[in-house]
Amino acid sequence: MDFFTLLIQVLNAVQYGLLLFLVAAGLTLIFGMMGIINLAHGSFYMIGAYLSFGLAPIVGQTIGGGFLVTLVVGLIFAIFLGYLLEWLFYSYLYERDHLQQVLMTYGLILVFEEIRSLLLGDDVHSVAIPDWLSASIQLGDIMTYPTYRLFISGMCLLLAAAMLIVLTKTRLGMMIRAGSVNREMTQSLGVNIQFLYRLVFAAGVAIAAFAGMIAAPVTSVYPGMGQNILIICFVVVVIGGIGSIRGALIASLLIGFVDTFGKVLLPNVAGVLMYVLMATILLWKPSGLFKAGS
Amino acid sequence: MKKSQLFFLLILASILVFLPQISSEYVTDWLTKTMIFAIFALSLELLVGQTGLVCFGQSAFFGIGAYTAVLFSAKVDHTYLGYLLPLAIFAAALYALIVGALSLRTKGVYFIMVTLAFAQMAYYVIHDTPLGGGTDGIYLYSKPIIFGDLVLEGSICIYFFTAISLFLVLGFLGLLSSSRFGRALIGIKINELRMRAMGFETYWYKLAAFVISGAIAGIAGFLFAMKDGFVNPEILSWHVSGTVLMMIILGGLGHLRGAVIGAFTYALLEEIFRSEIIFGSFSKNWHLGLGLTLILSVALLPKGLFGMRDQLLRGLSLDLGNFKKPPKTKL
Amino acid sequence: MNQLLLRGKNLSRQWGGLLAVNQVNIEIFLGKIHAVIGTNGAGKSTLINLLAGEIPLSSGSVELLEQDVSVWSEPRRAHLGLGKSFQKNTIFPDLSVFENCRLAAQARYQRPWKFWETGESCTHSRTQAQKVLLKTGLHVLSEKKAGLLSHGQKRQLEVAMCLATNPKVLLLDEPLAGMGAEETNRMLNFLNELRAEHGILLVEHDMDAVFKVADVITVMVNGAVIACGTPSEIKDNNDVQIAYLGVAS
Repeated sequence: MDFFTLLIQVLNAVQYGLLLFLVAAGLTLIFGMMGIINLAHGSFYMIGAYLSFGLAPIVGQTIGGGFLVTLVVGLIFAIFLGYLLEWLFYSYLYERDHLQQVLMTYGLILVFEEIRSLLLGDDVHSVAIPDWLSASIQLGDIMTYPTYRLFISGMCLLLAAAMLIVLTKTRLGMMIRAGSVNREMTQSLGVNIQFLYRLVFAAGVAIAAFAGMIAAPVTSVYPGMGQNILIICFVVVVIGGIGSIRGALIASLLIGFVDTFGKVLLPNVAGVLMYVLMATILLWKPSGLFKAGS
Repeated sequence: MKKSQLFFLLILASILVFLPQISSEYVTDWLTKTMIFAIFALSLELLVGQTGLVCFGQSAFFGIGAYTAVLFSAKVDHTYLGYLLPLAIFAAALYALIVGALSLRTKGVYFIMVTLAFAQMAYYVIHDTPLGGGTDGIYLYSKPIIFGDLVLEGSICIYFFTAISLFLVLGFLGLLSSSRFGRALIGIKINELRMRAMGFETYWYKLAAFVISGAIAGIAGFLFAMKDGFVNPEILSWHVSGTVLMMIILGGLGHLRGAVIGAFTYALLEEIFRSEIIFGSFSKNWHLGLGLTLILSVALLPKGLFGMRDQLLRGLSLDLGNFKKPPKTKL
Repeated sequence: MNQLLLRGKNLSRQWGGLLAVNQVNIEIFLGKIHAVIGTNGAGKSTLINLLAGEIPLSSGSVELLEQDVSVWSEPRRAHLGLGKSFQKNTIFPDLSVFENCRLAAQARYQRPWKFWETGESCTHSRTQAQKVLLKTGLHVLSEKKAGLLSHGQKRQLEVAMCLATNPKVLLLDEPLAGMGAEETNRMLNFLNELRAEHGILLVEHDMDAVFKVADVITVMVNGAVIACGTPSEIKDNNDVQIAYLGVAS
C-alpha cells in the first residue's frame, strides 16, 4: 500500500488503541486497586455513548450548548453515576470471591442493558459530528483524514496524560498506586480507603463513559457495543498485566494495530487475530507483560 | 451413594419418565431442552464446584460439540450415532485441551478472562470464517442412525435419549467425584499449594478436569444440535457461558444435584420472565428479571437453592453480615 | 556419622532489589533436629520454600537424598521424600480429620485414572492415615470435622498430614505457633519421637522450645546466616546476642 494509505491505517490503529486504553485503564485500575473484576465495565462505555445520543437534544434545548457542553454534562452525570454505583452496589463486592463478583456484575450487565432498552430502545443510532470538527485533513493528493478522528486521539492522549500526571506526580496518585499494589498495607497506613475507592471507581466509570461519548459519532450507538468492548478490554488487561496502566496502554495500542491492520490485510481472520496474539503472549508471560502498579 | 442422592435420582427418574406421557409436545420439548441445560451445567459444576476453576468459556465446548455434529452430517449421506457422538465429544475435548493447557498457566482473575477470551475466539472463528457456515447458522442435514432402522429423530426419541444421557453423565460424575481423582480435585479447590506440597502435580489434575468438563459440554452441544436440527454462532456467545454459570450458582455449588436443580430453576425462571401473561409488554425485557434474580441470589443465597436446605435446617437467618465494607480509617 | 538427607548450598532468592535469602548453607541429617531461628523477616519461611521447591532459586542448589533437585517441582521433591508443614493452618476444614490424612497419604498412591474406585475405599491411603493418626494421638478425633478442632489440635493435624506421605525429611514452619505451654510440650515430645526416623528442619520463634529440642541451630538475620552450631555454642555467640538483645539464656 502507498504511504498515505499506510498513514491512515496507522492513525486509525492509534485512535482505536487509545480509545481502548481509556476503557481498559479503568478496568485494570479498579481491579488492581479494589480487587473487583467488573464485567459491567463495558456497560459504562455504552452508557456514555447513549448519553451523548440522548443528552444532545436535551442540552440543546435547555442550556443551549452543543457538542462540548453535552460532553461536560455527560461527564458530570457519569461521575455521579460511578459514585452512586460504588456506594450502592460495588462496595458490597470487596470482600467477595471472584466468582461472586463475576456473577453479580454479569447480572448488572443484564440489568443495564434492559434499562437502556426500556428507556432508549434497541435501535442503532447515529450521533452527529459537530460542525466545527467535521472537516477533513488533506493527505497527499487523493486521501483525506477526518478531523474528528484526530480529535478522538487527541482527547484520549490528553486524558492519558492527565492520568499519568495524577498517578505519578500527585500524592493522590501515589496512594492509588500503592493501593493497587498492596491494599492492606495502604489501608494500615491510615489512608481513607473508602473515599479513595469511591473516587477511583467514579473516575474509572467517567473515563469509560467519556470514551463512549467521543467514540459515538464514529462507531454509532448500538445495543451490543458495551459487551464488544468489554471482551477486548479483557484481552488488553490479560496482555498488559492486571493493575498496570503502562501495560494497558501498550497492550491497547498493540491490539489497535493488530486489529486495524488485520482487517486490511487478512479480513477473514481479523476477528481472531487478537486472541492469537493473546495466546502467544500467554505462552511467554502468563501474568501479562507488566506488573501491577506500573 | 447417600440416601438423599438416591432419593433425588429416583424422583428425577420418575418425573422424567412420566411427564411426557401426560403432557403436550411443548412440555416434552421444554424438558428436553432443560435436560440438555442440566448436562451442560453438570460439566461446569465439575470445573467450578469441584475444582474451583471459574471458567467463563464453557460455551465454546458446547458450541463445538454442536457444530461438529452438524458440519460432519453435511458431508456424508447418513451418519451413525456410534461415531458422530464420539466425534463431537472429541472435538470439544480437543479444544478444551488446548484452551486448558494455556489457561491453566494463569491464575485467579486471569483464568476467568482468558477462558472467556478463548471462547470468543471460537465464536469468531464460527461467526466470521466460512468454516462455520456464517451468521445465519446451518441446519442438520440428517439425524444420525442409532442402529438398524432406529434413527435419532422425533421428539420422544430425542427426549429419552437425552434423559438416558443425563443419567449416564450423573452416574459418571458421581463416581468421579468420590474417586481418588475427585477427592484430589476437592483438595486442589480448597488449597492447591498444600496439595502440591504433599506431592500432587496439580496442573495435570486441573487439565484433566478441564478436558472432561469440555467433553461433557460437548455431549450437551451434540444433543442440542440433534434436538433443534439447527445451530447458529450465538450458541458460542459468552452469554451462554454466563447463563450456565448462573445455573450452577442458582442451584448450589459443590453438588451435582445443585447443577440439575439450577438448570431446571433457570429454565422455569426464563419461562416466567418471558411470559406475556405475567409481565405483559415487559416480557420482551426478560433479561432484567434474570439479572436481578442473579444479583439477589448471589447476595442472599450464596450457596444456592441446594444450600437453602442447610440454611433452613439451621433456622433461617439471612447472613446480612456478609455485606462488608472496607474499614474506615481517616487520614 | 548420620546420613545427610538434605543440603542447601549457597541458596539465594532475590525479589526485585531485595535479597530475601542470601547465600545460605544448611544441612539436615537423619536423626537430628536442625532449628532455624531469626528475627521477623529474616527469610526463614523463604528458606523453607526454597528447599521445598515452592519458590524457584535465584542461585544455589538443593540436594535431596544425594540427588540435585534444584529444578525439580515441589510435588516431585515431595515424592522423593520431602514433607512440609505450613506456618498458617492449611488443613482442609470441611473434611474430617481422617479424610485430611487420607488425602495427604493418597499422594503416594494416586492412581487418578481408576475413577470407579472411591477414594474412601483406597486401602493404601486408609492404612497410612490410620497409622499417622495413631502416632500423633489424633485417632480419637478421626471423624470430627477438621475446622472444629482447637488451634493446637489443628497444628498437630498439620504435622500429621505432613507425615502421611512418609517423608524422610520434614520441613516444619512454626509448628508451635499459637500453642499453649502444655500443647507445646506435647508437640516437642512428639518431635523427639520423630527424630529417630527423620531429619527435621524446624523454623521457630519459641526460643525455649528450640533450645530444648534442637541438635543444631542456624541463626538468620536479613536473609543471611550469622551463626550455626550447637545450642550452647549459639547461646555464647556474641553476634547472636547482639542481633537478638535478650535471647533466653
